[in-house]
Amino acid sequence: MRIARPPQLLKVRSGGLTPIIVILAVLLVLLTARQPDFLSPPSLMSFLGRSAPVVLLAAGQYFVIVSGELDLSVGSLVTAQVVIAARLIDGDPSAGWPVVVLLLAFGIAVGLVNGLVTTLLRVPSFITTLGMFLILVGAVYLWSDGAPKGSLSEEFRRLGRSAFEDVPALGRIPYALVVLLAVAAAALVLTRSDFGRTLVAVGGNPRTAELSGVRVWRAKTMAFVLSGLAATLAAVLIGGYSGVSFQAGAGLEFGAITAAVLGGVALGGGRGSVVGAMLGALTLETLFTLMNFYGVSGALEPTVQGAIILLAVAAASFRVPSR
Amino acid sequence: MSGALSLPARRTPPGVFVALVLTLAIGWIVVTVDGGRLFSVPTTVSLLHVAAGLGLVAVGQTLVVIGGSLDLSVAYVVSLSTLVAAETMAGDDGALLPAIGLTLAVSAAIGLVNGLLVTTARINPFIATVGVGLLLKGYLDNGYDGPAGKTAPALVQSLGYQRVGPVPLSFLLLLAVAAAAWFVLARTRFGHHLFAVGGDPEVARLSGVRGSRVLVTAHVLCALCAGLAGVYLASRLGAGAPRVGTEGLYDLESIAAVVLGGTALAGGRGGVVGTVGGVLLLASIDAIFNQLEVDVFFKQVIRGVIIIAAVAVYARRAMRKAS
Repeated sequence: MRIARPPQLLKVRSGGLTPIIVILAVLLVLLTARQPDFLSPPSLMSFLGRSAPVVLLAAGQYFVIVSGELDLSVGSLVTAQVVIAARLIDGDPSAGWPVVVLLLAFGIAVGLVNGLVTTLLRVPSFITTLGMFLILVGAVYLWSDGAPKGSLSEEFRRLGRSAFEDVPALGRIPYALVVLLAVAAAALVLTRSDFGRTLVAVGGNPRTAELSGVRVWRAKTMAFVLSGLAATLAAVLIGGYSGVSFQAGAGLEFGAITAAVLGGVALGGGRGSVVGAMLGALTLETLFTLMNFYGVSGALEPTVQGAIILLAVAAASFRVPSR
Repeated sequence: MSGALSLPARRTPPGVFVALVLTLAIGWIVVTVDGGRLFSVPTTVSLLHVAAGLGLVAVGQTLVVIGGSLDLSVAYVVSLSTLVAAETMAGDDGALLPAIGLTLAVSAAIGLVNGLLVTTARINPFIATVGVGLLLKGYLDNGYDGPAGKTAPALVQSLGYQRVGPVPLSFLLLLAVAAAAWFVLARTRFGHHLFAVGGDPEVARLSGVRGSRVLVTAHVLCALCAGLAGVYLASRLGAGAPRVGTEGLYDLESIAAVVLGGTALAGGRGGVVGTVGGVLLLASIDAIFNQLEVDVFFKQVIRGVIIIAAVAVYARRAMRKAS
């Protein structure tokens, strides 16, 4: 009988974090070797701001994965949110906040559906969220007749592309980074709360959790809702930063899942930390930047990315003495 | 829910065929009311062609899923195979067999890599096969902008367009491959070991099953099936198509078909007969919507809903049986 380790022990050992920190450090060294001023505040700040959406998604994905499920719908949700925002705002500056509230509600709704279908109807989350992916992509194209309509207002885009200017020592702090830090803090608090521990227990052994009185379906559904919320925030940032397109969220689900696994979160649930997942996302982003600097041709990018992901995950899983 | 203990229950035909008959019946009524004909020869032929392509991939996918793994690289293997086949043939009937041999060899090699990454390198199958998929995507994106090569005319005339009554040769090929897979699963030692490994790797190991070897073989067979699907698509298209696999969503759709067919995503339970049913169900839905001239995007939405709903219905039945 496998019993979930007490969380305190996990934190102290945190064996899961060492590999990802090493990998990130190596990539950063390679990056600074090529681009010495990469670690200077202005460039670092803008890098962190740019990475914020993927890091947010990885944090959202952490909750779902650690509870033993998978969310393949986040990429399509990001696309849907960006397209919806553009159509509803349609250049009207006063529509910004109401639309953000609406998007959050939509993100929660999608998470709820994912969660309830997975838990109450017992559909494997791979299938639930794959179905949701098909539904969202289809619905968004259908709703906009094949091409995005409307446009985002400057007001709305500010969150994704503007920054606090003239901050002493750091220069420019993108709003996206502030959002990211706030979410990271909230996520950290959540993982250390009762809910966070319950979630790990649920992912580690749902049967034991159920028998010890945990309402598994509620915990898992909450995880999906958190992922939906994270996707919504990511969508607001991505919409602001790069504008409206049907490709806005393409492939982000794989990115987020890869990031989480890279950061030591075990697919199947029960092991890993939200910090690891977020560091994993930063590592992926560093990798993309690195490939840019080293001039890897755009088309070959996936090959290099694939190779490095395989190497990194193999290295990461080699280090952690698996159960 | 009782895994390995319910071996005989596996023999009962999966509920997917009930769903298939119902779908066809309802579809026939709706199409007839709409003024079309669902069971005309052209519609039936195209339905079976759709089923042949997806089916070949899905039968292979069934093997790895039963083994507790999965293969998300199949879409790229399909694309690559169309290119290897068509470019080696270069329109020459004499090169037909060497080309098919080479295509299958390349596919098998990719399957071998997948299998080794999953077993020896202990990378989670989701990540491993997405990683290999990225490697192939980079190669395809870098090397090809559009169709390349030319399929041998003899193959186009035979596998591509030859049929026996309303049944295309390719569908007979699918039936043959499915029958072979059924035999392997039900009657050979490898098949029994595969179920054991998928059901509980630890128990399988303790009872002397060499899990790695079994799983690697399953991955090779899966990639071979995807390669065969590529050869078939090359025969239909007359050339190699670098994006045919991803545009056809062969990765996700094949998994959907496997799950619709009653194979458990967690491994250890299922079979190819159900998968063929799942493939026919997806192809029928496609045919019905085509007859009704439903908007492609709407089709996708409905498809998502149907996949989720169908799996939910199974889950309910499984729950009732268990209690």
